[in-house]
Amino acid sequence: MPEPNYDEGAAIAPTGAGGAVDLAMSEGESLEKTPGGPLGTGPAGKPRSLWSDAWHDLRRNPVFIVSALVILFLVLISIWPSLIASGDPLDCDLAKAQEGSQPGHPFGFNGQGCDVYTRTVYGARTSVAVGVLATLGVAVLGSVLGGLAGFFGGGWDGFLSRITDVFFAIPVVLGGLVLLSVVTSNTVWPVIGFMVLLGWPQLSRIARGSVITAKQNDYVQAARALGASNSRMLLRHIAPNALAPVIVVATIALGTYISLEATLSFLGVGLKPPTVSWGIDISSASQYIRNAPHMLLWPAGALAVTVLAFIMLGDAVRDALDPKLR
Amino acid sequence: MAELSKNGEAADATPNVTEVETVDAATEAEAVAAIEAPVGRGEPILQVRNLVKHFPLTQGILFKKQVGAVKAVDGVSFDLYQGETLGIVGESGCGKSTVAKLLMTLERATAGEVFYKGQDITKLSGRALKAVRRNIQMVFQDPYTSLNPRMTVGDIIGEPFDIHPEVAPKGDRRRKVQELLDVVGLNPEYINRYPHQFSGGQRQRIGIARGLALNPEIIICDEPVSALDVSVQAQVINLMEKLQDEFNLSYVFIAHDLSIVRHISDRVGVMYLGKMAEIGTDTQIYDHPTHPYTQALLSAVPVPDPEAREGRERIILTGDVPSPANPPSGCRFRTRCWKAEEKCSTEVPLLAIPERFQGQDTPAAHESACHFAEEKDVIHAA
Repeated sequence: MPEPNYDEGAAIAPTGAGGAVDLAMSEGESLEKTPGGPLGTGPAGKPRSLWSDAWHDLRRNPVFIVSALVILFLVLISIWPSLIASGDPLDCDLAKAQEGSQPGHPFGFNGQGCDVYTRTVYGARTSVAVGVLATLGVAVLGSVLGGLAGFFGGGWDGFLSRITDVFFAIPVVLGGLVLLSVVTSNTVWPVIGFMVLLGWPQLSRIARGSVITAKQNDYVQAARALGASNSRMLLRHIAPNALAPVIVVATIALGTYISLEATLSFLGVGLKPPTVSWGIDISSASQYIRNAPHMLLWPAGALAVTVLAFIMLGDAVRDALDPKLR
Repeated sequence: MAELSKNGEAADATPNVTEVETVDAATEAEAVAAIEAPVGRGEPILQVRNLVKHFPLTQGILFKKQVGAVKAVDGVSFDLYQGETLGIVGESGCGKSTVAKLLMTLERATAGEVFYKGQDITKLSGRALKAVRRNIQMVFQDPYTSLNPRMTVGDIIGEPFDIHPEVAPKGDRRRKVQELLDVVGLNPEYINRYPHQFSGGQRQRIGIARGLALNPEIIICDEPVSALDVSVQAQVINLMEKLQDEFNLSYVFIAHDLSIVRHISDRVGVMYLGKMAEIGTDTQIYDHPTHPYTQALLSAVPVPDPEAREGRERIILTGDVPSPANPPSGCRFRTRCWKAEEKCSTEVPLLAIPERFQGQDTPAAHESACHFAEEKDVIHAA
């Protein structure tokens, strides 16, 4: 056998990754972005996958850092609200109804004389729980159904596409008013169930589309040509490459589910007292907006910041996972 | 409006799902045994007979009605001999890549047979099909999409061993992958790298290493170098020739670059609009073409010598390739052919040695699907 000349490809190829590394050397920043070429290794000395490339981009994106910190904070206080609020959200004193900010009660009191600060902190738990659980349900159901439809195609795919069309035709708020008004349960589950029921078609379309795109890639054909089974093609080749859009859309949708929960609670069909939720507080405060605006502004502000944080996180993740923006 | 049925296409693309035919164990074992038997050099290893692939055109959303078909491949026959390279050339859309997919059973043929060692692989399924897939492998056109970006090179080249565990015992696989990397001229230490860390030429070598992993007998190359730089093209082609000698491979080499096909091929087939127009050895096709389409194709090859270029006759075809959904009657090439006569629109010319050359010992006596086949040397014409 002749002496192997390993670097001939990289040395001759004008578009060789070796050349890319040389170019990048002149700009310190883009050296970080160029994963190690065959001639030189990356800064970390080991190869990076697209996911770790995305993580690398995200770490220096201020939008991501701020929104991630906000979300981290929200998750912490929804697990341990007593960390920053010592009171009881259901401990109310009617004598103090609608009173403004006082020492020990920075946000004032609501119409029932409950501490607005404590209620706002405790309300995070419901919002985050509804958002996260509804998103999980939607993502799992939507991506499994849509992914299988996209992969197998045929009649099942056509059937599922028509079903999603039907669900898209249902106005969310109207559907909520109709379906949830008959529910008497006092828990968050009916609301989550409703969101999953109306939310999965969106994710299923995204998953179907990205599976169809991934399926047409030559590496899937190559795996089939090797005799790979369907489950192998789906799990090893298609799923990892089709997951990114699903994650992005799910992250953005999480924010909208939180605001949908508030909307439904505001309309009186979502969560019901004594559950502590931003939507319930906004709803009950809305009548007193002229006399005591603080009752409305604090929970509404918390809701706005939370939704914004999730949407910005989704945006940042989408940018990081899109190789065309790199 | 008619549109290409996405569903129909998807159903075709997943043959494993739709396979309902059950082959009894005895015939299957027989088929596997036949597939594993060796074939002598110079004997036909792959025989393609009247291969047809029509993609249905459907109308309607809920109730689909077939309104026609794109006749991507419409009756193609050829033989591939053990150890040879058969080049298939033709312009874009003539069905070359569909032929490759049919040979790989990535698409199911509408009609016709592909015999591999006497077994019709278009009808096989299950264990027998898997055994065929071990022996027929493919190198893809685009090295940027043919490697999974989320797998390391070691996983990509090692995947054939995961699917066919009998080829290499588990502990032996890493060494095998490194050997393969070495065979295709890549550093075995690259085993843990990801595809995006390589250049196009290196990626194509990885694709070739994956194709070689199972030690196949036939490799179908679907435009393996058209996405590469000219300098890298030469390296990859030379590597493929070296591997052919080393592993005794047979290639079906699909391309639209006539010079590369001539360089690598022993025999060449020219395709036009889903049919084989002419087939013969490389000298017969390049120096003694008898089909007008081949002559037009060859006259378009750039000639580097300006002196030779002066006196050369260029055959400029008018019009576009007709739609494969509605091909011309009779000879498919007649709408653009300068020799076309009444007969061409009524009679389909068969792919056979033209009558006027039959029994003669001239290089022009090779199969050509033309009623008015005559020799015309367009390359050396001065």
